[in-house]
Amino acid sequence: MDVTAAARPSVDEIRGWLAEVPDPEIPAVSVVDLGIVRDVQWDASGELVVTVTPTYSGCPATELIAAEIARAIRGRGVERVRLDTRLSPAWTTDWISDRGREKLSAYGIAPPGYKVVDASAILRRRAPETVACPRCGSQRTSLTSRFGSTPCKALYRCDDCLEPFDYFKPH
Amino acid sequence: MGRDDALFQYCLRLGDNALVLAQRLGEWTGKAPIIEEDLATANTALDLIGQARMWLAYAGEIEGSGRGEDELAFLRDVSDFRNVLLVEQANGNFADTIARQFYFDAWNVRALDALSRSRDPRVAEIAAKSVKEAAYHLERSADWVVRLGDGTEESRAKMQAAIDDLWMYTGEFFEADDIDRAVTESGIGFDPAALHAPWLEEVKRVLDDATLSTPAPGYMQRGGKQGVHTEKLGYLLAEMQFLQRAYPGAQW
Repeated sequence: MDVTAAARPSVDEIRGWLAEVPDPEIPAVSVVDLGIVRDVQWDASGELVVTVTPTYSGCPATELIAAEIARAIRGRGVERVRLDTRLSPAWTTDWISDRGREKLSAYGIAPPGYKVVDASAILRRRAPETVACPRCGSQRTSLTSRFGSTPCKALYRCDDCLEPFDYFKPH
Repeated sequence: MGRDDALFQYCLRLGDNALVLAQRLGEWTGKAPIIEEDLATANTALDLIGQARMWLAYAGEIEGSGRGEDELAFLRDVSDFRNVLLVEQANGNFADTIARQFYFDAWNVRALDALSRSRDPRVAEIAAKSVKEAAYHLERSADWVVRLGDGTEESRAKMQAAIDDLWMYTGEFFEADDIDRAVTESGIGFDPAALHAPWLEEVKRVLDDATLSTPAPGYMQRGGKQGVHTEKLGYLLAEMQFLQRAYPGAQW
């Protein structure tokens, strides 16, 4: 189907579709919640251009995410869609939406504990952070490993409810 | 030396450091001492593979003869690799792996931080993306140096031995050659010697915390950046490149 300018879905409407595309690694949050979708635009030729940014440079989900986004858009009848990748500014957990943070927490993953702003906040840090347990809220938690099931998470354990949990590291 | 020649070689060095170290770390997958470290090692390798892809893809574009990241990774021979000797050294025991990682991470964070201010926008954006990942690698490797160094008698002895054994491969980071000088002059790269003092300060701080002694200055091995490698790299490449060599163009 070729979409004429008048019949085109609006950019906001398309963003709404993408807000339902789950992250393949953490399906509780969408690619919009995570701040992976940087831009949605119709170009002059009537092609839809979605600009995405990779989270971690080696994240194996990056290509799958692009494919899922294209599939979601084509599924709504927009055939001419192009995915662009933008590296700069580098993705940061500061872009995770408030809704995304709530969803992470409800899913059992503690959301990032501070704003990164620029890399210096990470580079100058010296001690592991205090992370609240997403299950019972206790501040008495300990770091088990700096990397969890994916590079973006660390493994923690709650010293009160004794449950292990993932922490989404500030990045 | 032309600007593009130097930049091509420079990107190969950065990409090969990440690629070769990632391949080494991958050898631990499935047999690290504990499952958390199995995951952490594999995740570090994954970050480095991602960084290697970005550097080698850019190197291929600069070269302009049609080689992409895959051709550069899988079809170059050992003398065309430009990684420092440190990263190709064998995994050894866990302390050897951690010492190699710690020396590299302490350099890599500073190198990427400097490159994030490069006059070449592509170099700057790759570095800005990678430096945050490298910072987490350094936290982990420094932690382990302290944990093993300030640990049992046996772990301390192994950690000290690893720190001592790999020391002679750390000099290469800080020695400039024509390529380093060319990219420093054009504002693309950094002066390698400028990173030595901050690197040493960090290494010493962590080794002090770990109750280990910092090795004394001594003879340093060199050559990796120019393609003269230890015997270990050929075996690593033989395994890494086997599939593309035996079945050219094979894809998943």
